[in-house]
Amino acid sequence: MKNLLLATAAGALMAGAVGAEEIKLGISLGFTGPLESMAPDMQQGAELAMKEVSDSGLLLDGSTVTAVTGDSTCIDAAAATATVERLIASEGVKGIIGGMCSGETIASLENVAKANGVVMISPSATSPALSTIEDDGLFFRTSPSDARQGQVMADILSDRGITSVAVTYTNNDYGKGLADSFQAAFEEAGGSVTVNSAHDDGKADYSAEVAALAAAGGEALVVAGYVDQGGSGVVRASLDTGAFETFVFPDGMVGNALESNFGSEIEGSFGQNPAAEGPGRDAYLAMAEEAGFDGTGAFSAEAYDAAALILLAMAKSGSSDPATYKDSIMDVSNAPGEEILPGQLARALEIIAEGGDVDYVGATAVEMVGGGESAGSYREVQITDGKLEVVGYR
Amino acid sequence: MDIANALVVFLNFVFIPAAAYGAQLALGALGVTLVYGILRFSNFAHGDTMAFGTGTVILLTWGLQAMGISAGPLPTALIALPFGIALTALLVLGTDRAVYRFYRKQKAAPIILVMASVGVMFVMNGLTRVLIGVDEYRFDDGARFIMDVRTFREMTGLPEGLALRSTQALTVGVALVVMVALFWFLNRTKSGKAMRAYSDNEDLALLSGIDPERVVRLTWIIAAGLATIAGTLYGLDKSFKAFNYFQILLPIFAAAIVGGLGNPLGAIAGGFLVAFSEVAVTYPWVRVVGYLVPGYEPSGLMQLLGTEYKFAVSFVILIVVLLFRPTGLFRGKSV
Repeated sequence: MKNLLLATAAGALMAGAVGAEEIKLGISLGFTGPLESMAPDMQQGAELAMKEVSDSGLLLDGSTVTAVTGDSTCIDAAAATATVERLIASEGVKGIIGGMCSGETIASLENVAKANGVVMISPSATSPALSTIEDDGLFFRTSPSDARQGQVMADILSDRGITSVAVTYTNNDYGKGLADSFQAAFEEAGGSVTVNSAHDDGKADYSAEVAALAAAGGEALVVAGYVDQGGSGVVRASLDTGAFETFVFPDGMVGNALESNFGSEIEGSFGQNPAAEGPGRDAYLAMAEEAGFDGTGAFSAEAYDAAALILLAMAKSGSSDPATYKDSIMDVSNAPGEEILPGQLARALEIIAEGGDVDYVGATAVEMVGGGESAGSYREVQITDGKLEVVGYR
Repeated sequence: MDIANALVVFLNFVFIPAAAYGAQLALGALGVTLVYGILRFSNFAHGDTMAFGTGTVILLTWGLQAMGISAGPLPTALIALPFGIALTALLVLGTDRAVYRFYRKQKAAPIILVMASVGVMFVMNGLTRVLIGVDEYRFDDGARFIMDVRTFREMTGLPEGLALRSTQALTVGVALVVMVALFWFLNRTKSGKAMRAYSDNEDLALLSGIDPERVVRLTWIIAAGLATIAGTLYGLDKSFKAFNYFQILLPIFAAAIVGGLGNPLGAIAGGFLVAFSEVAVTYPWVRVVGYLVPGYEPSGLMQLLGTEYKFAVSFVILIVVLLFRPTGLFRGKSV
């Protein structure tokens, strides 16, 4: 009798869970380290998408999705590798949202994710090196490569009729990658780069660096640095010595600190940073506000999109196995199909269940190009009357 | 006209920045050389004494600004400076009490005192960070420029511009005043003469009735004053960040050793020598040469070393001097 009861109970449980499983997704971000202030908003973005899908009950016969977080530290590749190893080996995650910085992402992708065949979608690693990396089709990113930004920056300069510039970059992978891709794109377009030299962050005095840039000359100075670091120091020294009057600011420099540091002193300078516009972003911001966090945080929307893409791809391929669903990610992110905005994930799952096609647009207007990275849209800004003003999108 | 342009470029990018930087190094090196001459050890904590002194000056400056007190066109920090010096002198005297006096009583070898000063350096380093934080602060107020690029161009009609920041002029001015005062003190006053006597021969000075503890106290107070002034001028001219004062220690030591450790005149010469070498070696001369030699268009930048190697210049000068003239250019004590 007892056995019968047990068998019946077990049977009932089994029946209720046909096909349904508890899917774990890893979130590997730099919760400590130089970008620690950005990580919480990104985590909440990713978890928001997971919750939305779980609550709908429409993923793989009512499977639920839970997040497992790990600290990638952003700068310590060994620590990031260990974190991803733990997420995959002991937590058994089916996909990873991360890593955060380019170097750490490359290390954990090559050492762990590839070896275990687990999909990684990074919301924020922007190094051009990740475009060409041998990834077995497992790596994607919802942020654009810096190579793309170099191209956009070259286009903006060409459109403004500037033909010769000096370039200074912060002495790390980000700065060097961006400066080099810009130089290539700008020279391709017929412009000339008079000098392409590094500056180190955290110094008190940049007059020597600026003297060298001024000697090379140019109509404008491209500052591929950080606004809270040496980038501002270079701009300050340039203004003081009259070396340059017009500056071009890539994403690391576009911040409110520009207004407070320089204001109208850099009138007419311009730049660009990745930011989508439109209903997708608006919808995401509203959802984030309702969930109690700041959706405008850098790469928070990209994290939401990364998680959403993994889950939609699972639904599309009918499996939570990375080896199977990795081939569906490009499929759900691009046309053809019905456009999906944040908050419409349930609708997307319904369409997929009916055998239809979806084109995930998401919070950042995702359009996967190349080996699986977002084409990205950029906001062109200009300093007018001492204020940062958006003058267009490209 | 071309010669005028070349001169303006040279002044703007080489002479003025190097002169201000040289004055800051000279003041720092004076403090180091004074401690070396009288207490007979290289004080590694000097850079962080500068940081601590500047930190207190900044805190006092904020207080003054909050009370609405300002020095007109001059930076408010100048009013705060004497109080900052007093606080720093207290800290340094306390350090001497707690650390150096013990080793002095033991007649410990100079290397032990040097190592002790490394320890003091880390403690002061931490103290400054606790006090004011690790961020970058700018605390210059008042008039920013004596001459800015635009005004200069309008005045002269030259295509090249010249800028002279008020902090640069202030740095050189204050440094000159402090140096003259220091030499007057060392050569003309009784206490100054006692210090020099103690430096020349400790035993003979003791026999002549000079109180060694008083000389030591005076030395520390002057060193604290020099450190605070040098640090504040450096911070005013550039910006304050606790870590930067640790980095500036190397060129300061290079300046003091090049001039001859223990020799105040040498410290000043060494400061300017190191500063001008650093700037001149890493400056691309293409534009100056372009103006001076008509029709000559060099393809490169005519830059001897990349700006990343600025600190390497002080190392090279240091090594060359130690190899060929170990007592320094001005015959200081042998290292």
